[in-house]
Amino acid sequence: MDLMQEVARAREANDHARVVELIPYARTLNMDFYDAPEGLMFRLRYQDANIGNPNVPALHGGVIGAFMEHAGIFHILWHNESSVLPRVIDFSIDYLRPGRPEDTFALCRVWRQGKRVANVAVEAWQSDPDKPIATARAHFLLSPPAGDSREG
Amino acid sequence: MAKRQTDLAHRRKLVLAQEFFRRIPHGESIGMAAVDVGDDFVVSRLPYSGALVGNPATGHLHGGVVTTMIDQTSGAAAVATLDPPEVVATLDMRIDHLRAAAPGRDILAKAQCYKITGNIAFVRCVVYEDDEREPFATSMSTFMRSTVPGRGMVEGAREER
Repeated sequence: MDLMQEVARAREANDHARVVELIPYARTLNMDFYDAPEGLMFRLRYQDANIGNPNVPALHGGVIGAFMEHAGIFHILWHNESSVLPRVIDFSIDYLRPGRPEDTFALCRVWRQGKRVANVAVEAWQSDPDKPIATARAHFLLSPPAGDSREG
Repeated sequence: MAKRQTDLAHRRKLVLAQEFFRRIPHGESIGMAAVDVGDDFVVSRLPYSGALVGNPATGHLHGGVVTTMIDQTSGAAAVATLDPPEVVATLDMRIDHLRAAAPGRDILAKAQCYKITGNIAFVRCVVYEDDEREPFATSMSTFMRSTVPGRGMVEGAREER
């Protein structure tokens, strides 16, 4: 399967769901994305398997982070800003509030896009966009894999 | 005698850590388990699975899987280091992806809590296939200690601020 060809086809058909379908861990988390007035909107659908603390209950902090990393990658893929699947270099996340057992939303902003690297900021919230539950920043590698250290 | 008591304390701590992992629904759903624990560290294992892949063309795990593993293992290390154990909440986390994890391989995470203050636990973590000295990802994170003592081995109970 040529992944980037599949992505290009999905984008031409405006088929957001097809892109999520391509990435297994995005399916596992039960997320999707769509065009919204604010921009490309990402949504992590609530499911019991995304809980980290059943006593509160609260979403798993790692799941919130993974959702935001997926968002950054899909954002770059959807805007045709890379000829390869972006590979994460580093990922930083600040947790601001507990993730309640409900849908979570995220928007991305690409602060800088070079030939090789993109710097992406991601903000996530639930019912109130003015009360983010987490902010994250990631660097993604956009150049084709070279050598044996980061192939794929 | 002293060694047997140490072994017993170690086994008891490991059972607690394993129970802590089993009670976290997302970790349990992807098969993450505690495999070792010490005074200030926890080691976890995650079996390779197609459901965790980020690049279907190569079979590489998604970076977010590593985030999930680091968050849970680092939190567990903070809890394991606190005596008595208490609830902690992740404040922040920084992960460096040094290389891709080998496709098809189980992965291990070792998190060490190297400093505890009145409010904060500081944790570093390495993620690897075989050798902790050759990690494919490293991280630093901070955790907020609980204001409620004695409710240990449960992660993520953050107070609304």
